[in-house]
Amino acid sequence: MDRWISRLLFLAACSSAAVLAAIALFIFLEGVPIMVKTGVGQFLFGRVWAPLDGEFGILPFIIGSLWVTAGALILGVPLGVACAFYLAEFAPRRWVNVLKPAIELLAGIPSVVYGFLGVMWLAPLIRSNLGGPGLSILAASCVLAVMILPTIVGVSVDAVQAIPKSYKEGALALGATDWQSMWRVQWPASRSGILAGVILGMGRAVGETMAVIMISGNAIHIPTSALDSVRTLTANIAIEMGYAVGEHREALFATGVVLFFFIMILNTVALRVARRRF
Amino acid sequence: MRIAPAITERIAKFVLMMSCATAVLALIFVIGFVLAGGLMHLSWAFLTEPILDMGRAGGILPAIVGTLLMVFVAVGIAAPLGVASAIYLSEYTIEGWVTQAIRFGINCLAGVPSIIFGLFGFILFVVLLGFGWSILSGGLSLAAMILPTIIRTAEEALRSVPSQYRDVAASLGASRWQVVTKSVLPYALPGILTGIILGIGRSIEETAVVIFTAGSAVQMPKSLFDSARTMSVHFYILAREGVSNQNAYATAAVLICTILIINILAYTIMHQMMRGKRAV
Amino acid sequence: MDRAAASAKIEVAGLTVRFGPTVALQHVSLQVLRNEILAIIGPANSGKSSLLLALNRMVDRVPGVSVEGRILLDGTDIASIPDVQELRRRVGMVFALPIPLPMSIRDNILFGPQLIRRLRKAEADRLIESSLRAAFLWDEVKDRLEDSALRLSGGQQQRLCIARTLAVEPEVILFDEPCSGLDPISTAKVEEALLVLKRERTLVLVTNNTKQAARVGDRTAFLLMGELIEVDRTDKIFTNPSHRRTEDYVTGRFG
Repeated sequence: MDRWISRLLFLAACSSAAVLAAIALFIFLEGVPIMVKTGVGQFLFGRVWAPLDGEFGILPFIIGSLWVTAGALILGVPLGVACAFYLAEFAPRRWVNVLKPAIELLAGIPSVVYGFLGVMWLAPLIRSNLGGPGLSILAASCVLAVMILPTIVGVSVDAVQAIPKSYKEGALALGATDWQSMWRVQWPASRSGILAGVILGMGRAVGETMAVIMISGNAIHIPTSALDSVRTLTANIAIEMGYAVGEHREALFATGVVLFFFIMILNTVALRVARRRF
Repeated sequence: MRIAPAITERIAKFVLMMSCATAVLALIFVIGFVLAGGLMHLSWAFLTEPILDMGRAGGILPAIVGTLLMVFVAVGIAAPLGVASAIYLSEYTIEGWVTQAIRFGINCLAGVPSIIFGLFGFILFVVLLGFGWSILSGGLSLAAMILPTIIRTAEEALRSVPSQYRDVAASLGASRWQVVTKSVLPYALPGILTGIILGIGRSIEETAVVIFTAGSAVQMPKSLFDSARTMSVHFYILAREGVSNQNAYATAAVLICTILIINILAYTIMHQMMRGKRAV
Repeated sequence: MDRAAASAKIEVAGLTVRFGPTVALQHVSLQVLRNEILAIIGPANSGKSSLLLALNRMVDRVPGVSVEGRILLDGTDIASIPDVQELRRRVGMVFALPIPLPMSIRDNILFGPQLIRRLRKAEADRLIESSLRAAFLWDEVKDRLEDSALRLSGGQQQRLCIARTLAVEPEVILFDEPCSGLDPISTAKVEEALLVLKRERTLVLVTNNTKQAARVGDRTAFLLMGELIEVDRTDKIFTNPSHRRTEDYVTGRFG
């Protein structure tokens, strides 16, 4: 009886791994042929995306994704890390029990709601005060920053709390203030853990679809300023999938392949970084 | 000019506190904005009427039903599969390259953008297996998406049970399965349930995957093979098409209330169970 | 010699235990006689705990372990018993630090028996009372059996663990430094329980405290770095040991 249970559980674990394999398999099967046909270099770095003419260059989307993600990180990481340090070290204990779940709640809000808010409130604000179409890299970055905040805060708080108390006590015993101890001892010590969290947040930002569709403007071009409209890799797939056929559809799957690889690389890097001791 | 450490301390603490306040304010703003705009348009009729005129009128009952069915399928598949996998990884194997590989796979799966699950679900369930745009396709795709989350939280919960409990049970003659059910699972249950509830939350908010696999039919679904829309999808369509801001806000309000209720439920359940296990 | 062999409850022959590359026990052979308390003494890392773990095959649970040699329980090789759970019910174990399960006192005690079958209330109550009495804990907790076991003091928790082990009605009980975390009064109570328990059972007691071995053990075995140096009647070990190393250890020249 015990043996049967053991076998059943093994089957379950295998099927979970099989799901990943299946996803990779299907996406690759659909997407790789067109990538090879166009030429991988041409696909990744071609500036022209004109599927009706058979031109499949995704550089504009890659750059769009990069700009939007970078913006989200620039806005979100300092805020998130500062927040994490406050929660882990300086906030009164009772507040933390309310604040930490509250910030985690941000992760539960549907991305479409974020997008909606961006459209209703943020984009007009940008348009009237800073110019440009409003639906822009800046708008997308702001919203994404808020969306990845819970990830960064969550992982960073864990990283800071994992530091042995003796480090801080050693610093304090030598006459450091709380802030000095934090800046000179705990920040360097938790850096690798925080970095892992940032990379995870980056992954989330790159993978976000619905919110960016709604507020980034979706123009297919290479942007020149933060107020420009862009289209990300994910947005392109979502927008055109509805009516794409034949090679066009395959090219969208190929975009999926690129995304897949990128996330894999990010995950591996995050894992390596998190393991590194200071 | 060197500023005295005491002053740096005060400034630093202030800045940090402000960062935290900003984050919390963002949360309050988001929730408040939606609820303010939407609650006033909410009514019992809204929740129970069918979708009329592509959403300009009527209510959102089909979307609610669609959401419930899809989440039911997704969690019904992912929860048992995920918890079983976690039990296997945590209790039945020793750490080796096989478990490392499986875990790496699960971590990668957790990071894969949801749109990829949409593509995957489309190719496999909608086209290849012939389910078409249906709740079944949507539920299965969502299941694949939330599987890694459930496995990860469940495994963490299982590992956090002190190893001494296992030793005691084994020394009293418990078989491996008995050790798991009698002296590990009871204490890991809060964590496992949290993971499942997280999975439910993700399924409810997910839009891209659902559109690609379940379509966006406005009618009330009659079977798992029917196409249906979830609340998120309905909201997205209303918002994108600019069809009816009123109903959009109202749908968003329903969504947010659902998420809030689920989260609060999760926390209270966790708290209750943990207290129960602490001091009996 | 034959008479001793006939009443040996456990016979260990050529036991060698390895954890990966580390050798914990080397060619250990000894007997545990019926209804005796065999005390096992020796400095840290001498293999005492490994010996105990081998006696109820708990050592099998350690990844990368290799066990050679034979252990006979009532003449049967324990490695050949198909149902290892059965073995562990016959050879019970009490660990060094008290490990009360986070449930009521009552549930702790019933945990073992209920792995096999459901007990009727009357039967359960009888079992609880007899186990707690045998562990010298009944008087202290009889009015609060529903209380959480975590609320008991360290000494009471350890006696609860003894009662819990007794509830599966083992023939042999292995004690791994059971008093290491306890104050002298609790230690005395546990030792008192041991002396009574041995009348119906066979006990093996690993202890860091040579004085405890002298107080409680019928025979004493001295382990050093995985090897059995000497095993004999306790009074002989402590007054006139055959080996110099034994004498050095019991007189405190090294520890």
